[in-house]
Amino acid sequence: MDIVQASNLVKRYLVGEQQVTAIRNANFNIKQGSFVSFVGPSGSGKSTLLNMIGGLDKPSDGKLLINNTDISTLNRKQAAKFRGEHIGFIFQDFNLIPVLTVAENIEYPLLMVQNWPLAKRQQRVKTLMEAVGIAEQANKFPSQLSGGQKQRVAVARALASQAKLVLADEPTANLDHQTAFRIIDLMKQMRDDFGTTFIFSTHDNKIMNAAESLFMLEDGEISEHRQTAAEGERE
Amino acid sequence: MKILRIAGRNLWRYQRRTLLTTLLITLGVVAMLLFISTSGSFKNMMIGQITDSMLGHLQIHKKGYVSSIDSLPLTMNMKPKMVDKAEEALDAIPEIEGWSPRLKFGAMFSNFNETTNIRLNGVLPEREIQACPDLPGRILGEQPQQLVEPGKILIPELIAKGLKVKVGDSIVLVATNRDGSVNGMNFQVSGILEGLSGPGGRDGYLHLDDARELLRLESNEISEIAIRLKSPEQQKAVLQKLQQTLGTLQNQQGKPAFEIHSWEKLSPFSNIANMIDLMTLFIKIMLVAIVLISVMNVMIMAVYERVREIGTLAAMGTQPGTILKLFITEGLLLGIAGALIGVLISALVIFGLQQAELSFSFGRQSGLILDPQLALKDVLFASLIVIAAAVIASLQPAWKASKLNPVDALRQV
Repeated sequence: MDIVQASNLVKRYLVGEQQVTAIRNANFNIKQGSFVSFVGPSGSGKSTLLNMIGGLDKPSDGKLLINNTDISTLNRKQAAKFRGEHIGFIFQDFNLIPVLTVAENIEYPLLMVQNWPLAKRQQRVKTLMEAVGIAEQANKFPSQLSGGQKQRVAVARALASQAKLVLADEPTANLDHQTAFRIIDLMKQMRDDFGTTFIFSTHDNKIMNAAESLFMLEDGEISEHRQTAAEGERE
Repeated sequence: MKILRIAGRNLWRYQRRTLLTTLLITLGVVAMLLFISTSGSFKNMMIGQITDSMLGHLQIHKKGYVSSIDSLPLTMNMKPKMVDKAEEALDAIPEIEGWSPRLKFGAMFSNFNETTNIRLNGVLPEREIQACPDLPGRILGEQPQQLVEPGKILIPELIAKGLKVKVGDSIVLVATNRDGSVNGMNFQVSGILEGLSGPGGRDGYLHLDDARELLRLESNEISEIAIRLKSPEQQKAVLQKLQQTLGTLQNQQGKPAFEIHSWEKLSPFSNIANMIDLMTLFIKIMLVAIVLISVMNVMIMAVYERVREIGTLAAMGTQPGTILKLFITEGLLLGIAGALIGVLISALVIFGLQQAELSFSFGRQSGLILDPQLALKDVLFASLIVIAAAVIASLQPAWKASKLNPVDALRQV
């Protein structure tokens, strides 16, 4: 089953009075439970594509179905609700809430978005902290964590609400290679454990090989789509 | 609770800014409550003195008496029939604690060596004490057994000092009645009255029967009726009732027979009281301005500095309404903290002022003790306007935060 179905996807921006096309006629499908990467240099349209898939931005043209929902038709509130229920996000700069502890950051979507009951929330947070290996840091604040630990928390938070799809925009860009591969391995492990689809963007050749399916982007166009060997190179 | 917790931590995150803003709000609340309590103490004390020892809360006169070009015109007295009507109306109002008929007139006062003018009130002692219970308290030195007995007189401090008259001295009063005939009577000074600011503050008192005899009045006519209410808050309602009963009665010429005044219409101190109220209003406006500006400044900064964080919250599916609530709650907490600390400090300062028993002078009166009181309604009012202003000040920044486009917000460096 395809969790992402994009056909003739176009995204145009107005920069001053000039119209810039960020995504040109993108056509692709992504299967549920796959581990996919959008690869390309800066400005190739990776983030724009992820933003549209994540319901943060709307396509200018074409059709985009996420879990069989045309998210371009959703209004602001509906889109927020959809994201809260179906999509998790991992950011390059981790974007943890600084005033919340590790456990509270993971708990946030369950408490503030999904409104889970306390016992169920606590169980889910515990499971995820153990799964990503940060249970011992539960009561620490983000400022007390290393970059790798922060990204583990971000992975756990993205998975907290049992999202079917996790989008990670350059999740390893601010990490050293060793930590980056650990995070990629963790994401893959989470995919295996929870059946979650992971889509991440990268411009790092070594990291991109960790993906099972690669979409190469150049100037807003998908120039190539290929399946890879599952393991990326490691140093 | 979840929003409160996050909002509280966000405020604590910028400790210095939060503390400064709270301090500013606190200072505003303290300034307002101290002003209200001290000026209120002064105002209530002065109003109490005026109503409880001179004017009463309300007064009834024959129509035209107060605005007459003559001072204390005997020709404008209420005749016995009018007095009966007034008595009937007053007895039907349960909110009235007591009322006192007065015969007011001017006379010549002589200590056999010197002569001066004096304003006099002929009163029935028991009735006068019912209407003005603090009047005996104005008697300097030893208190006489009765407020004023027949053949005796209470004289104002000013005349006692000016004419060197003491308690027990004999004096002569010479008065002209409304027909122009002159009469004189001897009296013994039974007490000296402390002077008060305002009309009636330097009047003398004698028994109503003596006043009638001096003026050679054969009928039971009087100049005014002073009324004391069970509660000053009922003044407006009782005034309305009297207007509906006595105010509608007409004389033989078909014109209104009575005029009814509240103490405010008879004493110039009401202008000072109004001025105090106006100043209190300005202080309240300033407090609201302080809260609005300081909280809005803090919240605008908070939104500006946390744009990416807001984008992250929105990306995770947080509804715009929740983001709005989060920032409004921060403003609310600032307001609550400022109000609570302000009320606490005000209570301590006011307690200190009560213990210090600071004295002050007003007009010819000195040694008045400042007794500021922190009224619950003032505390609630100050707290509510501070909290409401803090919430209002947070609305615009919170609205802006809730409307941020997540993509743009996440792009913010």
